[in-house]
Amino acid sequence: MSLWVDFYRPKQLDGLHYHHDLSKRLRSLASSDDFPHMLFYGPSGAGKKTRIACVLRELFGKGTEKLKIDQRVFLTPSKRKLDINVVQSNYHIEITPSEAGSYDRTIIQDLLKEIAQTQQVDLSAKHRFKVVVINEADTLSRDAQAALRRTMEKYMSNMRIILCANSTSKLIAPIKSRCLLVRVAAPTTEEIVEVMKHVAKQERFGLEDEAAKEIAEDSNGNLRKALLVFEALRMQSPDLSGPLTIAKPDWETYCHKVADMIVQEQSPGRVMEVRSKLYELLSHCIPPTVILKTIAERVVDRVDESLKADIMHWAAVYELRMRVGNKKIFHLEAWVVKVMSLYKHFFYGIDMDGFD
Amino acid sequence: MTFFQPQASRKAATKAVVEEPSLQPWVEKYRPKTIDDVASQEHTVAVLRRTLTSTNLPHMLFYGPPGTGKTSTILALARQLFGPDNFRSRVLELNASDERGISIVRDKIKNFARQTPRAQTKASDGKTYPCPPYKIIILDEADSMTQDAQAALRRIMETYARITRFCLVCNYVTRIIDPLASRCSKFRFKPLDSESTASRLAHVAQEENVPVSDQVISALISTSQGDLRRSITYLQSASRLSHSTDPPVPITPADIQEIAGVVPDPVINSFATSLGVEVADDSMDVDGGVKAKNFDEVRKKVKGLMREGYSATQILTQLHDLVIEHPTLAAHKKAQCALVFAEADKALCDGADEELWILETALRVYKAAS
Repeated sequence: MSLWVDFYRPKQLDGLHYHHDLSKRLRSLASSDDFPHMLFYGPSGAGKKTRIACVLRELFGKGTEKLKIDQRVFLTPSKRKLDINVVQSNYHIEITPSEAGSYDRTIIQDLLKEIAQTQQVDLSAKHRFKVVVINEADTLSRDAQAALRRTMEKYMSNMRIILCANSTSKLIAPIKSRCLLVRVAAPTTEEIVEVMKHVAKQERFGLEDEAAKEIAEDSNGNLRKALLVFEALRMQSPDLSGPLTIAKPDWETYCHKVADMIVQEQSPGRVMEVRSKLYELLSHCIPPTVILKTIAERVVDRVDESLKADIMHWAAVYELRMRVGNKKIFHLEAWVVKVMSLYKHFFYGIDMDGFD
Repeated sequence: MTFFQPQASRKAATKAVVEEPSLQPWVEKYRPKTIDDVASQEHTVAVLRRTLTSTNLPHMLFYGPPGTGKTSTILALARQLFGPDNFRSRVLELNASDERGISIVRDKIKNFARQTPRAQTKASDGKTYPCPPYKIIILDEADSMTQDAQAALRRIMETYARITRFCLVCNYVTRIIDPLASRCSKFRFKPLDSESTASRLAHVAQEENVPVSDQVISALISTSQGDLRRSITYLQSASRLSHSTDPPVPITPADIQEIAGVVPDPVINSFATSLGVEVADDSMDVDGGVKAKNFDEVRKKVKGLMREGYSATQILTQLHDLVIEHPTLAAHKKAQCALVFAEADKALCDGADEELWILETALRVYKAAS
């Protein structure tokens, strides 16, 4: 018994519930001989991978669902061995090069060349080319992206590449100009409700409009999250009646607690308390950016209007420093102190200009 | 058949290419076959044409933005010099997808460089080629070579200068170490002007039987900004989409924008308006109360944009164009906005969080405009 998210994941382009124009385009592209390299981008939970899987199925038929997982060993130039998991069917191969960290270039070069130099042996296959799906393409290093450039043109005859990324900002222009860009926007609340109704119908139980809407709005356009929450709630109360309490993840409530602490009191002692809480969050592997964003959102909701813009400004600044720097906790703390001092000065009416 | 066939068949047994030329990307199909076909680089072409007759060639360094014909030019030149039959034995092409560390420079490049060129084989197509007594090594995307690898090239370039010429192709000439740059004669490739892009696109469209209107051509030019390869790729993608429906629908400028990943104008305009940029009196008379509502509105607007999945750099670029070219906005406000855009661009390049920085930009533009 798999989760609903997986169980009700559409397998064909016809089964997709929203972005019908996009599905139509994808279908017609897949049916023509002339299939381009593609780049799917959009926020998480919008259905990028589902669409990629559907396109593959449309291209090659049912064979793409028979997947096997291989562990491949790559040798870096410095003779280090890298184990990379590769998911493949007879027609396509799926890799996440960012697993290899800074050695992603080696993987791209080795694997793509290997695939590009072998021809499709299955004569009954609908297309002569194989498809390489590269996940998390926006985390590829510059070198790896540069390695893709010429490969994409040169081996066009027996290979197509499908890139999957959250944003195109980190991809270099030559890659973007070689791909057909496909934007997958997050579904609207109504579309999420529709999908949830569909699931409810398949599971044979009724779903109240209001409950559905509440879950959909809470999910913030992330269909995966919506379905997971939906299933969890269904486990708690089978008829989904009564007031719904959408359980927030622990880390989120914890972040909110930290935000409340910052607003309540601004003192060195409080900074120490906040610091220990931040350590706690970091040690549970919550990404520092997510921590900062969640706390900032919460703080902004609870302070005076004139402070909001400043708080977000410093959040942006310290988030950047966090990326460039090395010790995440320093910058988180610095932001907390900054917010505290802004807040306090605001109360004592001291002008903060020129204090940067 | 086409110019690229000998190369492609070197690595992969590409019978398929020969059978189905329609599957080739148009960029490859319409690569210039002689240097006279290269669009809008008159100066470089004039210099190179003389080398065709004089059989002498300096080491060369081609640099310029992507899609301006650097690789095409050197390949066309090599092709004209050696003809299809000698091409394989006389030209070595290495690019960033090949391993190009110092070991490759020491082994592969050096070995190729020290070979005395083979005698000219008889051209099978009956034409005569100059076939001068040297080989050409093309190092494409040379700016992604390491400093060490470049340093290792220095002596090789000089030692075998009698029988081997190097051609370095790169985007940023500053990434090539000085000793190498000084050994080469430099050619700068400028971005294509819109007339030659337009005529080239019209040519491709005509050859491929794709009906395109003038609006589409101008949309292609404006989205690709002088990058011919990009505009041809967009044209091909658009024609794929239009052909795949039955009956084929004509290509519209909106299609091109969607393919290019450009944020539609209405979206950007409404975003700018909500920041108080376009409709100036919208946010001029704000007092504390209304503004309070507006912070959350700005945030909501940004969240909406991010949910639609538009890329942050693209939003930034377009917002920048809109603000800077705004007819009525005061100069000092524009200056403030420009500062924000610069900071945000740097932040995004460093990999900062997109939503936070778009929000930051929005808030500061909002503050500057009000």
